Amino acid sequence: MKELISLFFTFAKVGVMTFGGGYAMLPILQREVVEKKHWATEEELMDYFAIGQCTPGVIAVNTATFIGQKCKGILGGILATLGVVFPSLIIISLLAGVIEAFKEIELVQYAFGGIRVCVCVLILNAVVKLLKKAVVDPATLIIFIAVTVCSTVFANISPIIFVLIAAALGIAIKAIEGGKK
Amino acid sequence: MLSLYLKLFYEFFKTGLFAVGGGMATIPFLSDMANKYPDWFTQTDLSNMIAVGESTPGPIGVNMATYVGFITGSDYGVLGSVLGAIVATLGLITPSIIIILIISAILKNFKDNKYVNNAFYGLRPASTGLIAAAGISVIASTLINVSGLAFNTFCLNWKGLILAVVIWLFSNLIKKTKALHPIVFIAFSALIGIIFKLK
Repeated sequence: MKELISLFFTFAKVGVMTFGGGYAMLPILQREVVEKKHWATEEELMDYFAIGQCTPGVIAVNTATFIGQKCKGILGGILATLGVVFPSLIIISLLAGVIEAFKEIELVQYAFGGIRVCVCVLILNAVVKLLKKAVVDPATLIIFIAVTVCSTVFANISPIIFVLIAAALGIAIKAIEGGKK
Repeated sequence: MLSLYLKLFYEFFKTGLFAVGGGMATIPFLSDMANKYPDWFTQTDLSNMIAVGESTPGPIGVNMATYVGFITGSDYGVLGSVLGAIVATLGLITPSIIIILIISAILKNFKDNKYVNNAFYGLRPASTGLIAAAGISVIASTLINVSGLAFNTFCLNWKGLILAVVIWLFSNLIKKTKALHPIVFIAFSALIGIIFKLK
């Protein structure tokens, strides 16, 4: 029981200190999970993090579930996950309430006018960073361009369709390549 | 009322199940939601949420889900908002919990599995493409002020465009500012927005 509570609060701490994307949490996980609590070794943590990246969903959530499960079974996985999202729930609910209340004020609108421009650049930067890992040969370049164009032109198609087709394509392309060799 | 929260849970469950590659990968799904349920939130709201998600503690994907849930539930007062935030967040993390628990129970070498790797070979560029497409629609509505394909309302946001170029330079080319946290750029943009009356 004590361990379970400890899992929740440790991951709540990790959640608070993870600023931005899931990648920001790795050094914090190293300190809290490996050095302080000894729940996993450095190598295990890297493995969990890698699996967190190659499974659907938010990386921080996936990694938390994995570590929690390794420590204390299914209940551990659930509590670690609830811990990592707990601070977001409180902070965002407070903030969203404030923003919604002040959204009609002109000054706030100008501020968000500037912020939205910044978001454009942040998304652009994220795409460029992801491209370096995702586009490794002509086939992946074609997939990237095709999805970008199709998803822009046909905005009504659910992203799920693209995800499913791309996963199947990945397996098919690799199978054909393997067959040639 | 119940049906709203069920829908919210379902939409975020799908997002958690199919968004591959971290928090940014949830953006195309949120954009899809804004198209499907215009009364939940708008594309403009989405841009604000991305900014808030980036500049507050917590994983960005979780932050955005909480925000969407909070706004969507606001028809039912403060309690309704908080309930919406909880439902959306639980929806997002439920598939993760299920998938990870299954993987850690049966597949010891999941990340070395040939089929998993091959699927990801195709998934990574597709996921990046989806984020790029969502980015294009955010850029179109912010900098060019076109909504959808209504080019008759075409009008360039010059002030915004200049600010975008400046931020791009600071976040990519200038050594001293390149590694700064996004929150610095967001705060800077808010200030510029107020000074030059951006909208």
